[in-house]
Amino acid sequence: MKRIDSPMSEADARSLRAGETVFLTGTIITARDKAHLRALKKSSAGEKVDLMDGATVYHCGPIMREGDGFEVIAAGPTTSARMNMLAPRAIRELGVRAIIGKGGMSKETHDALVENGGVYLAATGGAAVTLAEGIKDVTGREWEDLGMAESVWFLKVKDFGPLVVAMDAHGRSLYEEVERRVRENSGI
Amino acid sequence: MIILPESWEDVVVRLLRMSETRLPDDVSWALEAAAAWEGGDIARSQLGAILDNSSKAEFVSRPMCQDTGLPVFFVKGRIPVDIEDSIAAGVRKATKDIPLRPNAVDPLSRENSGDNVGSGVLVHYRPMDVPYTEITVLPKGAGSENMSRLAMLTPSDGEDIIKDFVVRTVLQSGGRPCPPTIVGVGIGGTADACMALAKEALLMPLDSRNPDERLRKMEEDLFIKLNSSGLGPMGLGGDTTVLGVRIKMASCHTASMPVAVNLNCWAARRATARMHIDGSVRYTQGAFE
Repeated sequence: MKRIDSPMSEADARSLRAGETVFLTGTIITARDKAHLRALKKSSAGEKVDLMDGATVYHCGPIMREGDGFEVIAAGPTTSARMNMLAPRAIRELGVRAIIGKGGMSKETHDALVENGGVYLAATGGAAVTLAEGIKDVTGREWEDLGMAESVWFLKVKDFGPLVVAMDAHGRSLYEEVERRVRENSGI
Repeated sequence: MIILPESWEDVVVRLLRMSETRLPDDVSWALEAAAAWEGGDIARSQLGAILDNSSKAEFVSRPMCQDTGLPVFFVKGRIPVDIEDSIAAGVRKATKDIPLRPNAVDPLSRENSGDNVGSGVLVHYRPMDVPYTEITVLPKGAGSENMSRLAMLTPSDGEDIIKDFVVRTVLQSGGRPCPPTIVGVGIGGTADACMALAKEALLMPLDSRNPDERLRKMEEDLFIKLNSSGLGPMGLGGDTTVLGVRIKMASCHTASMPVAVNLNCWAARRATARMHIDGSVRYTQGAFE
């Protein structure tokens, strides 16, 4: 088990190896389909988009309760594969350093991570209460018009996890290895 | 006039709260059993995180998963004519009170209705001549629902091809539906009825025995085959890919062979209420005798 600061340096990201379990402390941001689309559209239009620069992007649409500020009710990962078409550009153009999600991502996304020195961390799908415990504060919100699930939330986290390094910066992917094993075992 | 101790709206709110915050016993037992026999370190840590999360969610009465799903309802027995309005009102109230994440959007504009009702609640009906009304809710998350598949096989395709289709559907979905999943399978009917059977199969508790011996055998074969695949919890590898396989069957056209698969994530949420004509209500997260 490793404790890592977030956002993480390229050196930190490169030091992580597939199969390791890590806990993050610092700041992470949430982004799903719509936030990725908007960020990339702005970038294509020549606008400078810096909210993902160096960031740890959490594929998550949390449940928030608004009172005196926002309270995180539940915040587990969403299926990362939906961002497969968007993530490679988000990594190369917008500077995403680390991704937290579930289910894994495409080879193209992994290639971009390897190129830029980034990692994909797998959170346990559905473990929304445990993961919310690691979120200590909501420090900001961008693109509120996208709604509760699709807005970009800025979260202060402490020992956020457990997260499994599932795709590392050295090209190793647990998903690829499992897929190979499944094919051997089942012929599928 | 009978004064009901609880309105249908309140019953629906209670059903949603129960299902979202507490796993049915049979699902908890299956997860605990899996955690005990699982071999791999990562797989064990995933199951540990799931069990830890489930007990915390129940303790603090919060949804176990942030994808609180689209609630699918099943109403059987005596059907009150205004039940759909009561269900919609209950869903709106539960969305604010519990709270649930608003998930219902217009499919094209993607505009969120904010109330989990949108153009209307999803309800399956089965009128029966019994002295009660039974409502079941199955909040369905998108991760698992998105992996649904229907195959219109040919009548000459036998059991092996049916099983092969189920195995492919589950394994090709990888970690996306949040394994260990529960696999609902529908065999027969028409295209629409077949998928409804697959969804209804998800309501069968894991510790109940399929009354059809042929289906029971198929469930067992598929369970073994899927759990020896190595896919494991969250697709990160391991011995626990599914918690159970449940199959429902109905007659089909002599020229057809429909097969449907509807998956449920490990957060297999469900709860049922039965209201008798005297107004008394009983709740269960399993099945009534």
